[in-house]
Amino acid sequence: MIDTEGHYEVKLGALPTLTGKPTHYCAGCEHGTLTRLIASALNDLGVREQTVLVDSVGCSVLAHEYLNVDAIQAPHGRAPALMTGIKRMRPDLLVFAVQGDGDAVSIGLSELIYAANRGEPITIFLVNNGIYGMTGGQMAPTTPEGMVTMTSPHGRDIALTGPPLDASKMLATLEAPAYVKRVLLPVTPTPSEDFFNARGSIEGAKSVRNAFRVQQKGGFAFVEFLSTCNVNWKMSILQSKHYATEVLAKVFPPGLFKDKFGVEKR
Amino acid sequence: MTTARDFLKGNEAIAYGALRTGLNAFFGYPITPSSEIPETLAVEFGNPRYPEFKVFLQAASEIEAINMVIGAASTGAKVMAATSGPGFSLKQEGISYASGMELPMLIVDVNRGGPGLGNLGPEQTDYFQATKGGGHGGYRNIVLAPSSVPEMAAFPALGFSLAFKYRTPVVILTDAFLGQLKEDLMFPEVPAPVFDTSWATTGARGPERHLLTSMHLGLPELNLHSEHLRAKWAEVERSEQRSEKIETDDADVILIAFGICARLCQRAVGSLRAQGIRAGLLRPITLAPFPSREIGALVDRGVRKFVVVELNTGQMVEDVRLATGGRARIETVQKVGGLLPSPSDIVLKVEGMSP
Repeated sequence: MIDTEGHYEVKLGALPTLTGKPTHYCAGCEHGTLTRLIASALNDLGVREQTVLVDSVGCSVLAHEYLNVDAIQAPHGRAPALMTGIKRMRPDLLVFAVQGDGDAVSIGLSELIYAANRGEPITIFLVNNGIYGMTGGQMAPTTPEGMVTMTSPHGRDIALTGPPLDASKMLATLEAPAYVKRVLLPVTPTPSEDFFNARGSIEGAKSVRNAFRVQQKGGFAFVEFLSTCNVNWKMSILQSKHYATEVLAKVFPPGLFKDKFGVEKR
Repeated sequence: MTTARDFLKGNEAIAYGALRTGLNAFFGYPITPSSEIPETLAVEFGNPRYPEFKVFLQAASEIEAINMVIGAASTGAKVMAATSGPGFSLKQEGISYASGMELPMLIVDVNRGGPGLGNLGPEQTDYFQATKGGGHGGYRNIVLAPSSVPEMAAFPALGFSLAFKYRTPVVILTDAFLGQLKEDLMFPEVPAPVFDTSWATTGARGPERHLLTSMHLGLPELNLHSEHLRAKWAEVERSEQRSEKIETDDADVILIAFGICARLCQRAVGSLRAQGIRAGLLRPITLAPFPSREIGALVDRGVRKFVVVELNTGQMVEDVRLATGGRARIETVQKVGGLLPSPSDIVLKVEGMSP
């Protein structure tokens, strides 16, 4: 897989940064895609020996099973605080987490905002699929208006719950973060559904690598990946790709919100 | 900056004691009556006298602070947090994770009045929370109870040595009185120890890598891990019970008290002895593991009268009942709300037990 400028490759097959275990992720889920993008970037940057993964709580909780790097498990929502403790003590380490929207935007919003506001040189990947995946499909702060979930059986009523919370935009209002970006990760179906556009993965690969580079330059990096959860959305995989493109990406428009070091320009 | 001999508040003594044993990192959140600990460390941060003190950071919450502690601890650092009752409650989730992951760390609880917001006076009401686990899941942590400012200065070194020896969080349970009390003390000139941190998650070398997790999804796997923690605690109970005995050799009534209450009991023992009553004091230094062996030995020797003095409505007394196994009469002197019993309250209680 090679990006549009032709100079970045996502390696397929075995990598020293992958354990080689098959993932437990549901068919159609983007967690596996992101795992591959991260493993590939860590491998390309040659940083495995300096890397520490902080596991969050949610579907990403088993990331250490697949990423062959040192890892520590954070309590639900607290990954940015652990990362701060690690990075302050050992600035030479490359510290990153994969958080879900329940973990980062609901129970862990305070830890996320304060780590961002301090400009901690850490890298956070947010997988935003608009729902609690691992616990079985409950409403998240990111759930789009009207979505039926286990705890909003009549559809999310924003008069009761407020509208979906946009973490990337919130972080972008802060002075300190160096890199804030949102990417639509799933493949997008063409209208005829004969083809799928995989530019999300290519954009994702670039963003993952940039987010690590920003940390190496001393900045706080946050990339939100809009993703699908067809199982809990109660859709087919194909329907979920449509929903991500046509609904989720409208609620949370992809974009580059902050790039202090200009890493996207290279 | 302290001199070898100094006159300090208990909270300041804890801070300097930690610095002198090579504290690497401190993450704090302000709460009375513990705030002199972060304040002292903030002043000393960057002082070339303490080159190992690399990180001082004020967190946005008690929860953020304990999780920063977990992160720093995962690198093998000597890391400490300090708080008081309400903050200690907020830290329990993190302490549970740290216990499950077997991370060494030092947590100071300067016990204030409770429950809820309570007040700023001294209590020993966090005894249960500190000694019986406190957070979710089954675990025990070592709890040290200083009873003087010199001990406040000395216990960070003892705490870190136990924390790294057993790879466990260690709690120093003190109170508002000792935190604010000023006393004369000497700092021993001992080099900061270096501990084994080969388990730390600081980047994988070669195919081997380190993993710190409290998650064991397989039922047999978690069972195995919990049995490992149980065996470790059994070893701690065998090897680390600490207490001080004062005039217990010929005593037929024993006072049992920790922290500031032990100081009051020492006075009471003197008064009782002056009246010809053979009283002694057993002061637990480790609240967990509880010094049951020493108490059991006193019962075996024939002591049948104990008076448990504590600043709560009956917490440590439960451990004393277990240790005496129903073979002795146990009376209590308890005071809460931030008040202290007077030595004469204790003397009267003992006099009332005489046949």
